[in-house]
Amino acid sequence: MKRATRELLLDPLHLQNPITLQVLGICSALAITNKLETSLVMCGALTFVLVCSNTIISCLRNLIPGSIRIITQLAIIATLVIIADQILLAFFYDLAKELTVFVGLIITNCIVMGRAEAFAMANPPGRSALDGLSNAMGYNLILVGVGFFRELLGAGKLLGFSVLKTVSEGGWYEPNGLMVLAPAAFLIIGLFIWVQRWLSPEMNEES
Amino acid sequence: MCGQISVAGRDALDFSNRYILGFSLALCLVCSTAVSALAVGLKERQEANRVLDMKVNILKVARLVEGENAPTAEEVEAFFKDIEASVVDRESGATLDGIDPWTFAPLKEARKPGGGVDASELPEISRTLAKRIALKRIPRALVVYRVNKPGKECLVLPIWGNGLWSLLEGFLAVNLDENRVVGITFFAHKETAGLGGEVDNPTWKAQWPGKTLFDGDSPAVTVVKKGAVRDSGHQVDGIAGATITSLAVGNAVQLWLGDSGYGPFLDILQEESR
Repeated sequence: MKRATRELLLDPLHLQNPITLQVLGICSALAITNKLETSLVMCGALTFVLVCSNTIISCLRNLIPGSIRIITQLAIIATLVIIADQILLAFFYDLAKELTVFVGLIITNCIVMGRAEAFAMANPPGRSALDGLSNAMGYNLILVGVGFFRELLGAGKLLGFSVLKTVSEGGWYEPNGLMVLAPAAFLIIGLFIWVQRWLSPEMNEES
Repeated sequence: MCGQISVAGRDALDFSNRYILGFSLALCLVCSTAVSALAVGLKERQEANRVLDMKVNILKVARLVEGENAPTAEEVEAFFKDIEASVVDRESGATLDGIDPWTFAPLKEARKPGGGVDASELPEISRTLAKRIALKRIPRALVVYRVNKPGKECLVLPIWGNGLWSLLEGFLAVNLDENRVVGITFFAHKETAGLGGEVDNPTWKAQWPGKTLFDGDSPAVTVVKKGAVRDSGHQVDGIAGATITSLAVGNAVQLWLGDSGYGPFLDILQEESR
């Protein structure tokens, strides 16, 4: 049991990472990671949605009719996402403005439905909540990493504070324009995947 | 392995149709109640955030507050004792009484039938400018903010236009007596961060203050492609890598200062001060 819990908590961070191994949730990882701050808010919103949706769906798992289970999961997830969006608009207005539609798009984040369908439908609430938390952490780890490099190299800043003083502000650093565009996230995620597989060769597929 | 468990073993027929209908109905009711209760409960707060954000932007563009630190709600209210908002008729420039300028939204109004005119009906110069910034509808009435704080007197005019990807909404602050721009700011846009998004960059916005507003009757201040400035009196250097967005800003300023924008209202003010 102890080992199972450990795997449940740690696997999604590295060996079963939702972004770099399962390649889910890529859309938001590309779109909102050009600044560290927006990445962090997105992480918070996704963690909230994923933990709550896993818990609620797991509680209802024996009541949900199999024939309408997908739409049921979607309705629950959509409700949670709207709640997260409304709360952001009420309490973190500036950040909500920057995230624009991407909070709403958590509904279509494959990680959320993937965990609901693959785990919460077949496991008790406690374990499902843990699974939601650990998968959210796996996602957050990558998102924060990508956001860190993109903001640092693309704008010379971290969380809005100047780290590398840019030429336009009278410093020496010429910002890398590629980093502020979505394709940069592809490159960085690619590099992450490479590092992960180099550290743990068992992640490689049989050739 | 946690990723492999499926619910395929469960038979879709183990629930009756009546149960399925009842379940969906209950689910919909619970979800919609939760969402609407929250939306209604938070609406006031969200609206207050929106208005505060707008006011902070007005203070910034009028240079009543400087720097990146946002003032608190109380500080904003204190500043707004010296700011007077009014709704004006776009074509005649006359002030319209009876419309609350704090709730009137020209941009939304333009989209309503009767609240706006089609851009194709505008005079030629304005029509071309409106086309360049992809504006289809222009409202019949506009909002202006008059800053009366001694030493900081200016007019703040809401402006908008489409850049490369999105609608840019912002404010232009002008000083009519001295015929110069006080500042420009954009509070809503979805341009590429780091490229078009640089319209928000303080360094770029710092080029605007002091530019000549009008040359005779026509708007003078304009934006040119990066590096093409010939007359720094009224030309603003565009943003490298964001020519379309920066030129759109210039065209929007030209349109809104012109005869189909705030022109008639500004004329009346100038007559009065003479």
